[in-house]
Amino acid sequence: MSAGPSSEIVASRGLATFLSLVSSRPAPDVVDLGPAIGANIAFLGERIGCRIHVKDLYADLDRHAHEGILDRFAEFLGGRFTGLDQSIDAVLCWDVFDYLLPAAASVLAGELIQALRPGGTLLAFFGTGKPGDRSFTRYLIVDEAHLRCRVSDAACGRERTLQNRDILRLFEGLDLFDSVLLKSGAREVLFRKPSPR
Amino acid sequence: MREEHASIGKSIVIKGEVSGSEDLTVEGQVEGKIELRDHVLTVGATGHVHADVAAKSIIVLGQVRGNLTASEKVDIRDKGSVEGDIVAPRVALADGADFRGSIDMRRKEPAVTSDWTVGGLKADVKTPTPANGERVSV
Repeated sequence: MSAGPSSEIVASRGLATFLSLVSSRPAPDVVDLGPAIGANIAFLGERIGCRIHVKDLYADLDRHAHEGILDRFAEFLGGRFTGLDQSIDAVLCWDVFDYLLPAAASVLAGELIQALRPGGTLLAFFGTGKPGDRSFTRYLIVDEAHLRCRVSDAACGRERTLQNRDILRLFEGLDLFDSVLLKSGAREVLFRKPSPR
Repeated sequence: MREEHASIGKSIVIKGEVSGSEDLTVEGQVEGKIELRDHVLTVGATGHVHADVAAKSIIVLGQVRGNLTASEKVDIRDKGSVEGDIVAPRVALADGADFRGSIDMRRKEPAVTSDWTVGGLKADVKTPTPANGERVSV
């Protein structure tokens, strides 16, 4: 999932598995951490028949960057998912974790783990660009195995490239379901929340 | 036969409940509640709606703050803005549209209906059907 030109189609292995897991759940609730994109909403509505909670963290990041308060983003995230406790079947994180300072990443992961129902699924992309790169990628679902990536300027830069061990530590409490390392160096990671024994 | 179509002009401000049995275009401001169960509500480019809306279809070119429920479709056009929760079987969101909230396109399981006649009175008894399709005894 390299940034590359302003619009390109890339293959995704994680998306198909994610969709398959989510569509097995009745009337699922999905949180999308990206902007509201018509193509994605239409696709998810038709394919899964779900309720989508749009929580555009990229817009929130941009606003915090413009106001020079990115150091307060962790605090902001603490109240962003109020009322969703254990009510969410799936989360589409896209590559938002690449843009977060460690404290904010930790808070967000904790909030998402708390929001997920047992058996719920989380899909995230990591390492899709260079640290400091001031651009966001919009991921448009083309079909179950392909995404169109649209790159646009951002006020907020990428923070870091998370290693596999960092990712696993971040989502401690979830089970790793699948992890795919793409030729581009990007990683698609799928987690599931364990059911209580 | 000509379809009835009403409109609320740019300079009109309505506070309260708007309901009717014809299509409606809002170019002014409405605050409160709009109910057009079998008809189409269009919020025009100059329209400001601060209300919960229920209609057959809802088209947004202006600004809406409130929850939208449509039995057929919600269509948010380029430069249209919605802040609220949407419930509709189909939702179209144009590039350039602004949306904040949730979109519920979950398929409703049809309830199993049976008619009971007791002493000349007829009652519709709806038995809830869970998503897994199993019948529930009540």
